[in-house]
Amino acid sequence: MAYLPEEIPGPQPTTEDRPFWDYCQQRELRFQRCAACRRFRHPPTPVCPHCRSFDSEWIAAPETGEVFSFSIVHHPAHPAMKGKLPYNLVVVDFPACDHARLVSNLVDVPPEEIRIGMPVTVVWETAGNGMLVPRFKKKETL
Amino acid sequence: MSDARRQACIVGVGETLYTKWGQQAYRGEWSLACEAVLKAANDAGLAVEQIDGVASYSNDSSVPWLMQQALGLPQLSFASMVWGGGGSGACGAIAHAAAAVESGQAQYVAVFRSLCQGEGHRYGQAGGYNELPHLNFMTPFGMFAPPFMVAPLVQRYIYEFGAKPEHFGEVALACRENAHRNPRAVMGGRPLTMEDYLTSRIIASPLRLYDCCLENDGACAVIVTTQERARDLKKKPIRILAAAQGGNPGWGDGALGGHNMPVDEYGAGNGKTLAKRVYEKAGVTPADVDTVQIYDHFTGLVLMTLENFGFCGRGEAGPFVAAGNIRWPHGTLPMNTSGGHLSEAYIHGLNLVVEGTRQLRGESTSQIANAEVCLVTAGLSASPLSAAILGV
Ligand SMILES: [Zn+2]
Repeated sequence: MAYLPEEIPGPQPTTEDRPFWDYCQQRELRFQRCAACRRFRHPPTPVCPHCRSFDSEWIAAPETGEVFSFSIVHHPAHPAMKGKLPYNLVVVDFPACDHARLVSNLVDVPPEEIRIGMPVTVVWETAGNGMLVPRFKKKETL
Repeated sequence: MSDARRQACIVGVGETLYTKWGQQAYRGEWSLACEAVLKAANDAGLAVEQIDGVASYSNDSSVPWLMQQALGLPQLSFASMVWGGGGSGACGAIAHAAAAVESGQAQYVAVFRSLCQGEGHRYGQAGGYNELPHLNFMTPFGMFAPPFMVAPLVQRYIYEFGAKPEHFGEVALACRENAHRNPRAVMGGRPLTMEDYLTSRIIASPLRLYDCCLENDGACAVIVTTQERARDLKKKPIRILAAAQGGNPGWGDGALGGHNMPVDEYGAGNGKTLAKRVYEKAGVTPADVDTVQIYDHFTGLVLMTLENFGFCGRGEAGPFVAAGNIRWPHGTLPMNTSGGHLSEAYIHGLNLVVEGTRQLRGESTSQIANAEVCLVTAGLSASPLSAAILGV
């Protein structure tokens, strides 16, 4: 079962972010990078803000990201969340991708154990519209 | 402005009844907008027919052609809508109005904002912000509403600077105390103690209920014209020393988007470059400011704003407010003297401009003696945010 109920809207890809979501459907987390100056940017934009090149490429994110910030939500702003509280929101940072960050959820960590800096790895879950979306789990440390 | 006669000023303010969300849905936003503008004209001693410009922000539903029709305006020379999320454009609309009258595009501009959160949507519920461009990176993960969008910024601020719950609570309490003196304030007469604050329910950690602004129905408006034209009107004109939009580079849609703001600014806010510009334009420094009306959508962002606008160093706003600085009447910087969005009403920032004007006229219910300079800010964490410095 997915971390959030199926009534929660899934992504509806736009012209700019369609490649991101297409890769997600193949269970690949890739970020947009400028093909000219090799700097990452997210969310996707049509032109590089550093060198203004319109050419971009999609580069696989490292296996591990880290929790940059988070919140534990106790308020059912969406009716489907009633009775399913609390849940967590995390902002996952990929320092090696020029700090590209994703808003997501940690699927396996109790609220009181979530910490800024915690290493996490991606897991793929199906949203209500059938699309795969990236969520995260705590990275196993040996 | 070299020509003082053309300097923009606020000559009239008006507001409707402010209520809890849903209670004025039977009238609707258009009706409330009209009432606020008519009251502002009346306050100024201005014939309604003389209004020849309107400005608003945040996709206000009372579009200019219908305002012209409803109010019977013979001429509409200027109509402006400021882009941007939430109330970040409140002082931006003032800036547009000031530019219009100073350049001669219009003579009397009514700046207004009207909200019936029961009519269309509630900002605190999923779907309240369904026009944001990066919802794909938020909604599928449960980031539905503004408190959820802002909570990670405040969490990061706490992580970086060690702010205490009592620091945020002091912001809520200071606003509530001011609301008790303001008969327009929705939360006036309803006591709030630090114990109440600390035991209030968590909305989205670290945000408690009382860290979050209200959801209201109501409208307010101000009339902007030049100093020269103000001489023929009823009230003392309040000068717009500076009004500007701005935002730090790289913020994008910030908290209302994918949360990819610059790392160092994530828990600090995007107001610093705007602050520098409005102070320079107004020719004042933070030390010259007698009172502030800070956009208080969330208490944590009030602390960041106080730092961005130079009233204390980075990370120091918690101890700054805990020391009593923002309290009326004896603090060094009495803040949100009408009760603000936390306790007067959430009219998306424009009610803070109204209160700033009242302070400089000497008409506030929490009046600061001899107030001469007031800073008003709008919408930290969205971009472009905006700010204004008003002077007597
Ligand atoms: Zn580039």
